[in-house]
Amino acid sequence: MQVTRDFSHYVRDAGEGVQHIDLAVEGVHCAGCMAKIERGLSAIPDVTLARVNLTDHRVALEWKAGTLDPGRFIDRLEELGYKAYPFETESAEVAEVAESRFLLRCLGVAAFATMNVMMLSIPVWSGNVSDMLPEQRDFFHWLSALIALPAAAYAGQPFFRSAWRALSAKTTNMDVPISIGVILALGMSVVETIHHAEHAYFDAAIMLLTFLLVGRFLDQNMRRRTRAVAGNLAALKAETAAKFVGPDEISQVPVAAIHPGDIVLLRPGERCAVDGTVIEGRSEIDQSLITGETLYVTAEQGTPVYAGSMNISGSLRVRVAAASEATLLAEITRLLDHALQARSRYMRLADRASRLYAPVVHATALLTILGWVIAGASWHDAIVTGVAVLIITCPCALGLAIPTVQTVASGAMFKAGVLLNAGDAIERLAEADHVIFDKTGTLTLPDLEVMNAADIPADIFALAGRLALSSHHPVAAAVAQAAGAKSPIVGAVEESGQGVRATVDGVELRLGRPSFCGAETLVGGATLDPEASIVAFSKGNEKFILSVRQGLRPDAQAVITALKARNIGIEILSGDREPAVQAAAHVLGIPEWRAGVTPADKIARIEQLKQRGAKMLMVGDGMNDAPSLAAAHVSMSPISAAHLSQATADLVFLGRPLVPVVAAIDASRKALHLMRQNLWLAIGYNVLAVPVAISGVVTPLIAAAAMSGSSILVMLNSLRARSASREIV
Amino acid sequence: MEILVILVPLALMLGGAGLVAFLWSLRSGQYDDLDGAAWRAISDDDDETRSLQPGAAASSAKDWPRPRAR
Repeated sequence: MQVTRDFSHYVRDAGEGVQHIDLAVEGVHCAGCMAKIERGLSAIPDVTLARVNLTDHRVALEWKAGTLDPGRFIDRLEELGYKAYPFETESAEVAEVAESRFLLRCLGVAAFATMNVMMLSIPVWSGNVSDMLPEQRDFFHWLSALIALPAAAYAGQPFFRSAWRALSAKTTNMDVPISIGVILALGMSVVETIHHAEHAYFDAAIMLLTFLLVGRFLDQNMRRRTRAVAGNLAALKAETAAKFVGPDEISQVPVAAIHPGDIVLLRPGERCAVDGTVIEGRSEIDQSLITGETLYVTAEQGTPVYAGSMNISGSLRVRVAAASEATLLAEITRLLDHALQARSRYMRLADRASRLYAPVVHATALLTILGWVIAGASWHDAIVTGVAVLIITCPCALGLAIPTVQTVASGAMFKAGVLLNAGDAIERLAEADHVIFDKTGTLTLPDLEVMNAADIPADIFALAGRLALSSHHPVAAAVAQAAGAKSPIVGAVEESGQGVRATVDGVELRLGRPSFCGAETLVGGATLDPEASIVAFSKGNEKFILSVRQGLRPDAQAVITALKARNIGIEILSGDREPAVQAAAHVLGIPEWRAGVTPADKIARIEQLKQRGAKMLMVGDGMNDAPSLAAAHVSMSPISAAHLSQATADLVFLGRPLVPVVAAIDASRKALHLMRQNLWLAIGYNVLAVPVAISGVVTPLIAAAAMSGSSILVMLNSLRARSASREIV
Repeated sequence: MEILVILVPLALMLGGAGLVAFLWSLRSGQYDDLDGAAWRAISDDDDETRSLQPGAAASSAKDWPRPRAR
């Protein structure tokens, strides 16, 4: 059978007979890499563009249509020492990029207007205490209006839209008082200018927008960046499937190019990338990523298989199903939808703050107007003073208080290997007081490890590793990896379902089932881990057994201790069998555990804990965890998790250690503390400024100075979230 | 004070030119890779790599990566 790679799915036509592809590249960190890659790729004839994006770790390539196979670029990058894979921008990322550009454009317009309006305002402020003519002042005010009004109409869009959405849904958010403040300030300034008055607030209104846009852009940019990293990681997993393009011809195509009804070949040692049904063949499959169950399941004609299952022994032909056809998936999807609806009711800290804040401020402004009228002022003067109260309390600092902390904290988490999926994840994670772990793939590592490598002579182990290279079996792959084997033994023969054998220097080597190596007696005599797969290795008459299993994450125990030290309740909910879960719980010292739990049971347990008022962090990777990830207060997944779980989780952590869980909790707690502090700072400033505004002595100069002063104070305070966190475990 | 008639429009025009330049740079994707741009500025290699030569890159707008979402 012939195998070809087909990347045509990713190739775009860039016009003028040029084709374009985007590659995600691993390990590009410096100018050296950038130059090396660009030079290496440009050297291929007919390549018209090779440009590295160092921020996003991607390469954009263009070449004359029909001259090159995109697979060649990947091979070339591999020669240069980089792993690369074609990349398809997710729609979520496209939206983030567009939003980020829009905010930057708004910020540019607002900053331009602020600078120019300030340039006109300062002469007015100094002129008011010297010899400026009223006509000159009016001229400057009209010019300010000319700049500020269109600029505010454009740059204010993000706030006006969001406020309008909130008001149409009959709720309120931070953008409602912001929008009211800006619109009233501008409106009053126009009226005042028409009446040749001394004060206009164009500068304050547009400066407010600029400050708020800075906060909003930073927040958005951080989200865009994590999204790009997550997109790259997904692309570099290089999920492909061997699709039948003829009766006997298969082509290795990206998963995105596979459609329901296609038939794919699943060879031993491969992870299934699609959902479907077996139509031919017989094998054992490992469904631990789907159900948490580590025992292998027999797959034969008619067995449903899900993306993420590992094929162990034989080849299978699988007919790809539409997502809804697979029964397990349908059940999980139903539970998931239900749980997601419940979660969207969470109200963010900023919105809770503004729900308290807006009525107080608006009532104060109203009382000020009435108070001045009762005290004998004219309606005009009273309204001007009332609007001044609104301007000075406009939640500039309040609007920055949370996004700035969020940006800095998510940057710190990013460094610790945690990506944020949800904007409000930090707030929710900080409140977590109970952690529920899934076992398989979360507390344990997703890949297999040789547990007793230390008991076997090093030369024997190395030999076993080399022999293992000739087998497709995942257990053999684990042995080969553990031994660090590089060169396979020439002439090794794999006997399907049994093992591999080879003859070296007249001595027969065998690796495989204990019976295949004649090592049954050894297996019978030893006390064995119920979790582990046992393989035997024989060299002539010397026989050894290797115990291979999913090991606990290297720092799992330390992380559990660290969580306990933070007074966080811990529990294991696993879909795996009781002995396996019990063993893990015992090693880690977790008294609360449940085994053989279904997705619905997991949700039931979470609901039960919720009733008691616990705020749960669910950490899980399997597809069976997806609904409970959505049901929990906040959730986290390792990067190796099933797609559905990863998309559902609020946070995703990278790498083998479990420590990002603690790091993320610490960082978010600190961030929440700073957010609260910032809110208090902002409120404290208002408490000082409001009496001044009510007394009617506020000038635009005072408003502008107070606003920038409080904004800068809040931003500086937010930067404290950067400081290195203390030793975690 | 008649000088204002010249100075104020001049100042606004300069500001406006800055804004237009900013919007142009944004549109042509110059903010897409800020980390890379920092390194490119100091990368001192002599060979004729098209994409590394700032002059060549600027001379044809096509060499800038176009906005991804088009």
